[in-house]
Amino acid sequence: MEVVRLRVNGDERVCGVPAHYTLLETLRYGLGLTGSKQGCDKGDCGACTVIVDGRAILSCITPVWEAEGREVRTVEGLANGTETHPVQDEFDLNGAAQCGFCTPGILCSSVALLDGNQSPTREEIRKALAGNLCRCTGYEKIYDAVEAAAARLGP
Amino acid sequence: MNRRNGPRAPRDGLNTIGRPMRKVDGLAKATGRARYTDDIRLPGMLHGKILRSPHPHARIVAIDTSRAEALAGVHAVVTGRDMPTAYGIIPWTPDEYPLCVDKVRYIGDGVAAVAAVDEDTAIAALDLIDVTYEELPAYLDPHEAIATEAGPYIHEPRKPGWNGNVTKVVKLEFGDVDGGLEDADIVVENDYFFEGTTHTPIEPHCAIGLAEGNGKLTVWSATQVPHYLHRELARVLDVDPAKVRVIQPPVGGAFGGKSEPFDLEFCVAKLSMMTGRPVKILYTREEVFYAHRGRHPFHMRYRTGATREGMLTSVDAEIVLDGGAYASFGLVTTYYSGQLLTAPYQMPAYRFHSTRAYTNKPACGPKRGHGSVQPRFAIEVQLDRIAECLSIDPIELRRRNFIGSHTRTVNDLRVTSNGFLECLEEVERASGWKRKYRRLPYGRGVGVAGSTYITGTNYPIYPNEMPQSGVQLQVDRSGRVAVFSGASEIGQGVDSMVAYVVAEELGVPLEHIRVLAGDTDFTPVDLGAYSSRVTFMLGNACIEASRKLKAKVQEAVAEAWEAKPREVLLAGGWAVRAGDTGTSMPLREAFNLAETKFGTLGATGSYNTPKDVHGSYRGATIGASPAYSFTAHVAEVEVDPETGFVTVDKIWIAHDCGRALNPVLVAGQMEGSAYMGFAEAIMEEQIFKSANQGREGLHNAPSLLDYRIPTSLDTPALESLIVESIDPEGPYGAKEAGEGPLHPSIPAIANAIYDAVGVRMDALPFSPPRVWRALQAPDGGRWAPGRAKEVVGVGGSQ
Repeated sequence: MEVVRLRVNGDERVCGVPAHYTLLETLRYGLGLTGSKQGCDKGDCGACTVIVDGRAILSCITPVWEAEGREVRTVEGLANGTETHPVQDEFDLNGAAQCGFCTPGILCSSVALLDGNQSPTREEIRKALAGNLCRCTGYEKIYDAVEAAAARLGP
Repeated sequence: MNRRNGPRAPRDGLNTIGRPMRKVDGLAKATGRARYTDDIRLPGMLHGKILRSPHPHARIVAIDTSRAEALAGVHAVVTGRDMPTAYGIIPWTPDEYPLCVDKVRYIGDGVAAVAAVDEDTAIAALDLIDVTYEELPAYLDPHEAIATEAGPYIHEPRKPGWNGNVTKVVKLEFGDVDGGLEDADIVVENDYFFEGTTHTPIEPHCAIGLAEGNGKLTVWSATQVPHYLHRELARVLDVDPAKVRVIQPPVGGAFGGKSEPFDLEFCVAKLSMMTGRPVKILYTREEVFYAHRGRHPFHMRYRTGATREGMLTSVDAEIVLDGGAYASFGLVTTYYSGQLLTAPYQMPAYRFHSTRAYTNKPACGPKRGHGSVQPRFAIEVQLDRIAECLSIDPIELRRRNFIGSHTRTVNDLRVTSNGFLECLEEVERASGWKRKYRRLPYGRGVGVAGSTYITGTNYPIYPNEMPQSGVQLQVDRSGRVAVFSGASEIGQGVDSMVAYVVAEELGVPLEHIRVLAGDTDFTPVDLGAYSSRVTFMLGNACIEASRKLKAKVQEAVAEAWEAKPREVLLAGGWAVRAGDTGTSMPLREAFNLAETKFGTLGATGSYNTPKDVHGSYRGATIGASPAYSFTAHVAEVEVDPETGFVTVDKIWIAHDCGRALNPVLVAGQMEGSAYMGFAEAIMEEQIFKSANQGREGLHNAPSLLDYRIPTSLDTPALESLIVESIDPEGPYGAKEAGEGPLHPSIPAIANAIYDAVGVRMDALPFSPPRVWRALQAPDGGRWAPGRAKEVVGVGGSQ
């Protein structure tokens, strides 16, 4: 066991983990933040996507040590208290989450996109989500939700 | 919000049904709070792993687990001999064991399992299990498997003289097939090959077992069929079913891939029974590919006769199904390969002869559109060829052959509502078909296809006369209604559907409805999330339960108002007197009045299928359904003749779902289906290495990267056009939407490729090498606008 110090969703956390743990394993098994999902364990599916220093990254292929001293934001940290992020609300309104298993990762990719680009085109949304596999929706409802959220956040 | 849907049926006085609404679990899923099976952690929980066969076909000579048992941190090791009861989802074909007993039948077959303090220790323990195998010749090709005379067969023949490499043979004939072919003005005959594909839900299979000292066994599992799992756990592990509880947390995608018991569910239960501690097993992604139960590869030959006017006279099909190592649902698949083809087109005569072979590969089973996606591909390309021969527009050809509504198919299936003509109309209009078909420049094309699918299978998997779906309502003094539902939420939105129906019937606001589902200890039986059955069946059960409850509330309120019960309307959270809006009370008070009068308020509802919807021949019940959905697609593609690369730009999807209870969710099912069909058409292959590739029977690409499922950049634009035919027996007229709209994607794309570059794609997937080779072939299309004539005769597949 090694001790790792992380800043996750604004909290300073200390956690004992095996040295080989990834950020995803630490979040899920060390800190109980099970919102981020494990779909493939090798960076193929994007269900584990979290935001580190403003960028969407694959937590399942990120050694936990690389996240030390950086700002980690997971799906649990997207809402402001009980007020959901517009993109979360629009996912619900637009039926963008069917089984919901890819949803946390897609939300993180979407928030990372919207944080840097408040009025993305549909094509920009498609590109931003190219690392997140969804097996349920055919993606249309997801684009609808991100577009609607952008409109709400818009300048 | 859902701005691209088609014309809508009249609202018929409905308040909730038919409107875009939130899902009951939408917020939980959008905030990461939904707890899937792998998110559950129990105190003292052990982690399990399964040792898998490295050989495609071998006898197990000996297993020595002593070294694994001696490893620190290992609490139990289990092998096939500890669970020697055969099972199978279809009660007539029990041919597998939780872990292999005497033989392994594919690379990846489970041989032993361990439970240890953590995953690392469990993995280390697997390396310490010594298995001695005697290798046997493997069958990877279904034709070779069927042709073998002597064995050793993959399974022991069930009777002397049978071929142990054959699961099932079905031969059915309706009408005068040979006469119909003779009388036809043209006969089109071709071979088709549909490659196998797999489901790849993003959530890998996961299960937790917990055996308690009092003999009670609880299993949490990412399953689509908690009821069948409950039965099989009890039977195989020899536990009183009354002591077994199955809990089904939210499932992260399934698509048919979690619709029967798997080795991990038996193993977590058994390992927990041995250790007294909870045990979890989570499949790796690689294991999910080997667990499979996905689309069967089909080798198909079709002969189709038609008159000069394009009317079908006869259809004759010969099909070999490559089943993999176990039967799974294969008996049903073999029937479905023929039975589900007889609509939406009139067929005066029809014959199919289907044989399912065992092979030494992971077992195939039901994937979205079970058993009928493959023949649908073939027949819709056949129709395109006939249209080409006769110079008839392929949409017009389909219209002419329309079977109609409220009729019977040639194989005696009852068809009720049928909106197929409207589906054709919708895609023709929305796609701009008339200005595109045969008019786009070389390299671009459009194609059309139609289909039908069942709204639930008419009979349960094990014979019984009990309801297929049940639901129970309970009313709280706060005005809240709890719904106990046995149905499985796998992302399709069944829990939301339940809430919409109860809200409609009782006038309760959606936020005052709690849906409690997926726990065999407190929910009535629903048979599971398969065969597109739950909206129709559970929806009707919800209506029945709600109306029973409503009658009590109306009676109690009517008494207070000195009115007639039917004058009491329940809507919008209020009880209101008809024609007198001044007389009203909050629903909470109305419920309290009813509780005062009748005692604790609750009601049950159930649904069972009508039994007069099919013929009486052997097999007539398979394919029977209380209602059928209908779909038409137009696909627009671009083909690069230099590389053979096909880009699907857009698919227009028109689907007759009866009535859209929530159009957002219906459109989501339509788009997800069309996407999955597109993926099979263009990209996906569940294939295995041959002997000359080194490791015979090894999966070619068991990862999401290498198997290649479409990303957002690969997926075409999808436009949903909802058609509502209002089925006479569906809840508010609803039928299925979750599987039907997959079917036409594949033939529509094949037909569009022909329109684009003049080559027929008769083998899946339409990958660049296949398309390129077809273009290079001596007869490789090259139609000029004005059209080459279609070759009538035997075509070869690529």
